[in-house]
Amino acid sequence: MAGHDRRRGGGCCPAMDLMRSEEMQLVQLIIPMESAHRTVSYLGDLGFLQFKDLNSDKSPFQRSFATQIKRCGEMARKLRFFREQMTKAGISPSAMPLPRTHVNFDDLEIKLGEIEAELVEVNTNNEKLQRTYNELLEYNLVLQKAGEFFYSAQSNATAQQREIEARQVGDGSLNSPLLMEQEMSTDPSKQVKLGFVSGLVQKEKSMAFERILFRATRGNVYLRQAEIDYPVTDPVSGEKVAKKVFVVFFSGEKAKMKILKICEAFGANRYPFTDDFGKQMQTIEEVAGRLKELKTTIDVGLFHRDKILKSISHQFEQWNNLVRREKSIYHTLNMLSLDVTKKCLVAEGWSPVFATGQIQEALKRAATDSNSQVGSIFQVLHTREHPPTFFRTNKFTTAFQEIVDAYGVAKYQEANPGVYTIVTFPFLFAVMFGDWGHGLCLLAATLLLIIREKKLSSQKLGDIMEMTFGGRYVIMMMSVFSIYTGLIYNEFFSVPFELFGSSAYACRDASCRDATTEGLVKIRRTYPFGVDPKWHGTRSELPFLNSLKMKMSILLGVTQMNLGIFLSYFNAKFFENNINIWYQFAPQLIFLNSLFGYLSLLIIVKWCTGSKADLYHVMIYMFLSPTDDLGENQLFPGQKTLQLVLLALALISVPWMLFPKPFLLKKQHQERHQGQAYAMLQSTDDDLLQVEQDHGSHEHEEFEFSEVFVHQLIHTIEFVLGAVSNTASYLRLWALSLAHSELSSVFYEKVLLLAWGFNNIAILIVGIIVFVFATIGVLLVMETLSAFLHALRLHWVEFQSKFYEGDGYKFSPFSFTLLSQEED
Amino acid sequence: MYGFEAMTFNIHGGYLEAIVRGHRSGLLSAADYNNLCQCETLDDIKMHLSATEYGPYLQNEPSPLHTTTIVEKCTQKLVDEYKHMLCQATEPLSTFLEYITYGHMIDNVVLIVTGTLHERDVQELLEKCHPLGMFDSIATLAVAQNMRELYRLVLVDTPLAPYFSECITSEDLDDINIEIMRNTLYKAYLEDFYKFCQKIGGATAEIMSDLLAFEADRRAVNITINSIGTELTRDDRRKLYSSFGLLYPYGHEELVVCEDIDQVRGVMEKYPPYQAIFAKISYGESQMLDKAFYEEEVKRLCLAFEQQFHYAVFFAYMRLREQEIRNLMWISECVAQNQKSRVHDSVVFIF
Repeated sequence: MAGHDRRRGGGCCPAMDLMRSEEMQLVQLIIPMESAHRTVSYLGDLGFLQFKDLNSDKSPFQRSFATQIKRCGEMARKLRFFREQMTKAGISPSAMPLPRTHVNFDDLEIKLGEIEAELVEVNTNNEKLQRTYNELLEYNLVLQKAGEFFYSAQSNATAQQREIEARQVGDGSLNSPLLMEQEMSTDPSKQVKLGFVSGLVQKEKSMAFERILFRATRGNVYLRQAEIDYPVTDPVSGEKVAKKVFVVFFSGEKAKMKILKICEAFGANRYPFTDDFGKQMQTIEEVAGRLKELKTTIDVGLFHRDKILKSISHQFEQWNNLVRREKSIYHTLNMLSLDVTKKCLVAEGWSPVFATGQIQEALKRAATDSNSQVGSIFQVLHTREHPPTFFRTNKFTTAFQEIVDAYGVAKYQEANPGVYTIVTFPFLFAVMFGDWGHGLCLLAATLLLIIREKKLSSQKLGDIMEMTFGGRYVIMMMSVFSIYTGLIYNEFFSVPFELFGSSAYACRDASCRDATTEGLVKIRRTYPFGVDPKWHGTRSELPFLNSLKMKMSILLGVTQMNLGIFLSYFNAKFFENNINIWYQFAPQLIFLNSLFGYLSLLIIVKWCTGSKADLYHVMIYMFLSPTDDLGENQLFPGQKTLQLVLLALALISVPWMLFPKPFLLKKQHQERHQGQAYAMLQSTDDDLLQVEQDHGSHEHEEFEFSEVFVHQLIHTIEFVLGAVSNTASYLRLWALSLAHSELSSVFYEKVLLLAWGFNNIAILIVGIIVFVFATIGVLLVMETLSAFLHALRLHWVEFQSKFYEGDGYKFSPFSFTLLSQEED
Repeated sequence: MYGFEAMTFNIHGGYLEAIVRGHRSGLLSAADYNNLCQCETLDDIKMHLSATEYGPYLQNEPSPLHTTTIVEKCTQKLVDEYKHMLCQATEPLSTFLEYITYGHMIDNVVLIVTGTLHERDVQELLEKCHPLGMFDSIATLAVAQNMRELYRLVLVDTPLAPYFSECITSEDLDDINIEIMRNTLYKAYLEDFYKFCQKIGGATAEIMSDLLAFEADRRAVNITINSIGTELTRDDRRKLYSSFGLLYPYGHEELVVCEDIDQVRGVMEKYPPYQAIFAKISYGESQMLDKAFYEEEVKRLCLAFEQQFHYAVFFAYMRLREQEIRNLMWISECVAQNQKSRVHDSVVFIF
């Protein structure tokens, strides 16, 4: 092919050709050990070589560069540690591009190690200090709260005592029981000496704590708790938790042991406390003093840490990139096989033919830069393996290619439906979404995305947003096309406009107001573009539009399916497969066109002549009784003869599709088999590698006639039935378009006009809000989605099933730019 | 309900079953084990595991790695998965999932009690506990002096409380006591779990009763072998056997009177499913018995995944993952101690 040869000579930038995937070649590189790293790095910058894993039988740690990968992993871990520390300290890695200083990998490793050690040391010191600080804070709280307990208890006690005394004074003549009571409460020698433990316990555990204390001491314990209003930093875990101060009073040594154990088990921190008021004051002062001291020390430590982190933050991104690159380089190096002499590495991989020059140049540059005495050797290998599929897309075509790839990646150099998808996809979408008002809204939204493209592409978007952003050019094309079809349908939020001159129809006399009841006459020339606005709202609007859209859908469908069949011709031609041309393409074309091509012809003739023939009738009776006279349904002379010929052709083309191909394939296989037996002998002293690969592919070519025949049978049945069902499937174009216009007229008439009719501002505002939300939610978002899905289906099933194999695999080169995209 | 559970199972259980099957496909394969067995250092193991589902849990560990870290992180993953499933589960699946952890709870209780008996530090003991068997007041176990206190103080709040009814004595705790307590608890637990599964009915009951019966029989054999030569009376021994399983009741009668391992073997060989296990082991040997039982268990657990719409997959998955962690621990220990020749002694391949 012409494009083919042109590309072969192409140097740096061949003409963009989406029809066939780039020509690929399997290349072998023999790289001297000393320049291997640099070579792979340059190739990664270039991004045009997909390395093959030559060590797939070895486990990761048995490969030659496992240690380096481990080192990279270790460095990546350190970097993650830094990032974590930085986010904790609230420092973000600076995004500003620094002058790209060259950092040596080994130096960086040492440096990272040093910084990590320093950070860890600073952190442990800080942690220790922080811990003491938090402990003191807790102690302070205990002192305060417990002090309150004791104070309130004491004042209660004194108040009680005073009351008793007062009563005594008042009723001096009272007898013994009261005296005894007084004695009991006041005589210090008879008081039981209670011990107590004070501390802090986590709030959520305090209930269980109390319960266990009660059970363990059989209720011989008195617990006071006070909640702290704000969360306290736990000294051990360093987290903020809600806590309670508690004081437990108990009696006896055994109880004390138990309580201490329980405290320990609950992680309750105990702090000493004295009931002597003077001593309390003294400790509070001491604690406050120490707190102040510690605070300054901690601040200095934090300042030091922040300084380290800030200095990291400037270079963080650069280091991160470097480590990532190194890791990927060593991963790639691991895929290369080591030469027997261990002096050079052998790489194999796929590369596009046009990049040969660039790759060779990169190899040369790497050899000179690393002062290697021997250059790398670049040679092209011949193979029968299927090369990967590589399309060079730009930001406009990528999304369309993605639509095709989502179905299946094209076989190597097979005709790419992506080329046609660029136009047909938005067009079919627009047929279903024909409204130029909605189209304009969609266009405005997508233009917003396109204008802010640079900004948006650099930042991280949400899931749905990312999808919309990725398909922004698809949406743009879709909206442009739907403006076009909207103009043809004359729909603008279901309001008709007389944009291209005035309507061709008018009332018989000027007095009539309701066009739907009175007959209209044609007074001017036909409305120049699209549907006449007068149709809108008439009684015959729906039958007219339905007939128009239904026929149009069939015309579009038959055209697209024919395009698909022709593409199968181009494929067969390209791969020089004459069997497919004569025994697949030709009968398929004849079959489809003798039935549905004929229908299309009838539709066009009917439109041109304005005949009133019933096309259903014609098509049905063409099969049921082909010899009958057509009568009033005749559209043109000689129609009956033509029908008979077409019917005969269609009937012949079915066995034509079915039988010859498998037999011819069998014959072909036998011939090839014989030929190859001779070829094998000759090629033994030829290229060893090639023979081996020939041998490998040979085993797969077992020819199973029954299998091939069944395959062909299925294909034939699928095509014959598919011709009917696929054509019917294109009627979805009409159905969705109808649904869209009906929905929009419902929203317009039943919401907006209804609200308008009330003559009330409030109702009108509500009506407008409902209308806007319904339009955006239902018509712009949901209808777009559904029309998108239906267009997708028409492409994947109805169009691509005619020719597209889609069993290839994508070219995924080793490239640093792809690498950084992946990580994000 | 049997036969119709497929209609309604997915309303509540479908999501979690999908999750658990997804987790199950993340179990290490034979190829992974082969690679792991060839590792030279613990770093190699880490590197290999980082390509598996354990990756995110191990990647931030600094390089001189210890076996305990590996095991801890792997267990962490299991615990996270379990917690996720438990959060999503509704009744009766949530209760079923909780039942799975009771075994660990019993082990933890026994561990802490034994530890305090030998005056170990509580914190140290807590670190050794299996995280799945943790409950709030577990640390308080150290306070208890005898069974009654143990029950009254701590366990009354835990789901284990009903299982305690049989072993409340005022005796002080000692090693034998504790071991008896463990087995009594376990017996009660298995019986309760068995009853619960029967209550759920359907395929869950069918598969779980098979798995639990195997568990009960294995415990019965282990109890018998361990109690040979101790002062445990025959009646006491009988009390420790669970009241279901393939061996119940006639096998138990015979096990009770066994005096050495070959007699046990004689009893077990009457039961076809266990004949195969004992056939692998030479006479008088009990070391390899554990591994043989584990292998049989893994086989049965894997079979649980063959049916759909039942809860046994959760049990099976948890058990398989635990087995995998045991394998990893063994492999890492062998690698760490340069005993690579013994790697295959105790690794049970899951697939």
